[in-house]
Amino acid sequence: MSVEADGATPILEFRNINTHYGAVHILKDVDLAIYPGELVCLLGGNASGKSTTLKTLLGMVTPTTGEVVLDGEVVNDKPTSYRVERGVTMVPENRRLFKRLTVKENLELGAYLRTDKDGIANDLERIYTMFPRVKERLSQRAGTLSGGEQQMVAMGRALMAQPRVLLMDEPSMGLAPALVQTNFALIEEIHDSGVAIFMVEQNANMALSIADRGWVLQTGRVVLDDTADALMANPELRASYLGG
Amino acid sequence: MTATSVPATASSSEPQWSPDPRRLVSYGAICALTMVFICLIGMPVKLDPRPLIDPILSRGYASLVWVPVVFGYSVTSFVVLEGMAARRRGPSDVLEGAIVGAIGGLGVGILGLLVDNFDLRDPLINWSPQLVDFITFGNSIGFGIVIWLVIGALCGAAGAGLHLLPETVRLYVASVVLAVVGMSFLETAATDLLQGLKLEFISDAIYAKQGGLTVRGAVIVAVLTVAGLALGRFIRANQQRAAAGRAEADLATGGGASLTPVGGAMRRRSNRELVLGGLGIVGLLLLPQFLGGIMNELLANVGLFLLLALGLNIVVGLAGILDLGYVAFFAVGGYTTAVLTSPNAPWLHPELPWFVALLIVIPIAALVGLLIGAPVIRMRGDYLAIVTLGFGEIIRLLFLSDWLAPYFGGAQGITNIPGVQIFGIATVSGTDPKAVFYLVMGFCALAIYVSWRLERSRLGRAWMAIREDEKVAEAMGINTVNAKLAAFVTGAILASFSGAIFAAKVGSIFPNSFEILVSVIILVIVIVGGMGRIAGVALGAVVLIGILGGPSQPGLLQELAEYKLLIYGALLVWMMLKRPEGLLPNVRRSRELHHEELSQDAWLKAQEIEAAAPPDPEYPGWETPA
Ligand SMILES: Nc1ncnc2c1ncn2[C@@H]1O[C@H](COP(=O)(O)OP(=O)(O)OP(=O)(O)O)[C@@H](O)[C@H]1O
Ligand SMILES: [Mg+2]
Repeated sequence: MSVEADGATPILEFRNINTHYGAVHILKDVDLAIYPGELVCLLGGNASGKSTTLKTLLGMVTPTTGEVVLDGEVVNDKPTSYRVERGVTMVPENRRLFKRLTVKENLELGAYLRTDKDGIANDLERIYTMFPRVKERLSQRAGTLSGGEQQMVAMGRALMAQPRVLLMDEPSMGLAPALVQTNFALIEEIHDSGVAIFMVEQNANMALSIADRGWVLQTGRVVLDDTADALMANPELRASYLGG
Repeated sequence: MTATSVPATASSSEPQWSPDPRRLVSYGAICALTMVFICLIGMPVKLDPRPLIDPILSRGYASLVWVPVVFGYSVTSFVVLEGMAARRRGPSDVLEGAIVGAIGGLGVGILGLLVDNFDLRDPLINWSPQLVDFITFGNSIGFGIVIWLVIGALCGAAGAGLHLLPETVRLYVASVVLAVVGMSFLETAATDLLQGLKLEFISDAIYAKQGGLTVRGAVIVAVLTVAGLALGRFIRANQQRAAAGRAEADLATGGGASLTPVGGAMRRRSNRELVLGGLGIVGLLLLPQFLGGIMNELLANVGLFLLLALGLNIVVGLAGILDLGYVAFFAVGGYTTAVLTSPNAPWLHPELPWFVALLIVIPIAALVGLLIGAPVIRMRGDYLAIVTLGFGEIIRLLFLSDWLAPYFGGAQGITNIPGVQIFGIATVSGTDPKAVFYLVMGFCALAIYVSWRLERSRLGRAWMAIREDEKVAEAMGINTVNAKLAAFVTGAILASFSGAIFAAKVGSIFPNSFEILVSVIILVIVIVGGMGRIAGVALGAVVLIGILGGPSQPGLLQELAEYKLLIYGALLVWMMLKRPEGLLPNVRRSRELHHEELSQDAWLKAQEIEAAAPPDPEYPGWETPA
């Protein structure tokens, strides 16, 4: 049913997931799989359950039925920290930096679960070369950064966790049009360095243009599951999300 | 009022300013209401017998006349935003201040008239003939009204007139007023200290027999203040000039992006801080030797509350858990110590030495912290605050209850708690406040060290992340429940130390020592000091407990004891409006800002260089889409 990269086991997988908030049924029988090194995206209208999908993947919301599988292991009852340790990291919706902490502290908190001091120092350097602007603002409080700078710090913070798969919730939300493009370029750059990316986006055109595969969620149900090219060509999708 | 407005000349392009009568009237009305309020809570009459500056100004009149000064000043303060023409200062300011002050004074006069003619003593206990006497200076009511109009106008004008002074002069004036009022109010402390230092002649020289500064004393204080201030400014200016020189040299050699000047300045400053800190500690250790019993008692109380506030600072300031029932752990520490050490304890009474008891107090406090914390910690914000408030009361009521009376003595409490035996050398008990002070200081030092280390630890960082955004902290892999429980338990243990010392100091323990008010006051110390800042919390404890006094402990300003809660409340409101960051400006943040400026300059310079050079094709620039 899904378009699979041959052979390999997925890093993260949903098997027939149902998630409720109280009595409200949000995710309905969702199947997903993210393979190492992939760039996949999840599309869907408002309140269709995209953010809930990410939270369920990371363990911040527990599914009512079904299995969340990480590297072949069912992790339904494992805490978020267990998944973060194993390389699942999220860039939350609206970036959500720790506003009154400094940029440096934000980055360090990304590496909270890591104990390899040298590795952390290396990764900090890597992020400084990736975002020179961040380096100049290390002791500034994160809440006073511009939107673009906050996006860089949010990505940097996520990268500090040494992710194997990066979950991004609407990374281009609230960015100026010029920044959206560079932002996507950056996501590709991160992807090229070997990190799998699972991206939730409203900007379906842009997302599909860089993605390998995609899913479309409608009121909590996966209604389309195909390669990015096929989705781009899909007339229904064109009509509803890609602006005709 | 219209006479004061500057006629708008059509030719002038500058925006003309004219007084706003509604603003004046509303400020005047608030000024009058404030003064009437102060009269009706009885402050002036109660404080009147004691002079502030003998024989010019009594504390009673002082409690009233500051109001028109403040209102006169604030009615003529304007925020000048960018692009707005700054208001030109002139005699019209003084006139406006005078009008506002006069309205305020009129309020007092009318109050005198009303008090003289109607009897409202039933609801208002301070509606008394003494108030009329106070307002009229013992003369007719007509005289009273006129004189208060004049006093109000003069004070208002003086307040507004401050704007006309140059910045520096204003600073001097404010400092002198503060120093004179402060020295007068802190008379007890100053005489006590001077006596201890065998310098009685100074206190004899500046204080009047019936209390308050003499005129000569006020002049001496003023002159010393001005001299000290001038010297301080001179030294600072010199240092700044030197620092600027160094920074320039550094920049010239190090290039634009180098941040070494900041690093250097920081290192130099931290050295100086170390020296100052060392001197401060030595001074603090020697201080009790020169103080009398009352002053030492006061310091010991400050220490007890500081210990509590440091603990709560970890919970509220670092981890962001608004615990309104913190007194519970203070009570647990006190009662556990009492049960374990007192021969009169209704239960167990193993009569352990205090330090041994403390070893048992710690795990018990931690356990209670866990028991209360576990259910509470999963709640958010206001729910958590209310539930902790409830738990605080539950603990007190349990100790009060007949049900637990066989264990904790109910309303009778536990008496005859022995002092702290220190290796058989000395016994620290309430009769020796000096020793209690040293004991408390020891524990405060420990608490400060622990807070300081925790703040910089991994756990401390987790707390700050949780305080900022709990959900995201969780997404970073922080176990938020455990981290918050750790904060709760750490806070509980520090509070139990304070409780244990409190029990040994007072020698007996009753449930009513642990009312909600204690929680509230500890919280106010933390807020006023600036949440999450150790030095701020220390200053908060000194100012609030030392000067105003604790829930049932007297402070330096004993005359104001009755108005303590009012002042606490007013201070809290004012702080929230004007200085939400707390009393002490955040050193780290101001350093940061400084650093920021420099790095901003560096960044701008880099931009210029980049603009001149072709962009690097390897790296897609952020601003320019690739
Ligand atoms: N904590 C919660 N409690 C109850 N309902 C929730 C909670 N979080 C989300 N919901 C509801 O679940 C539904 C799906 O929310 P979700 O955030 O997953 O949508 P989304 O697809 O990310 O939408 P958007 O594109 O607007 O971000 C919404 O109707 C939302 O109101
Ligand atoms: Mg969403």
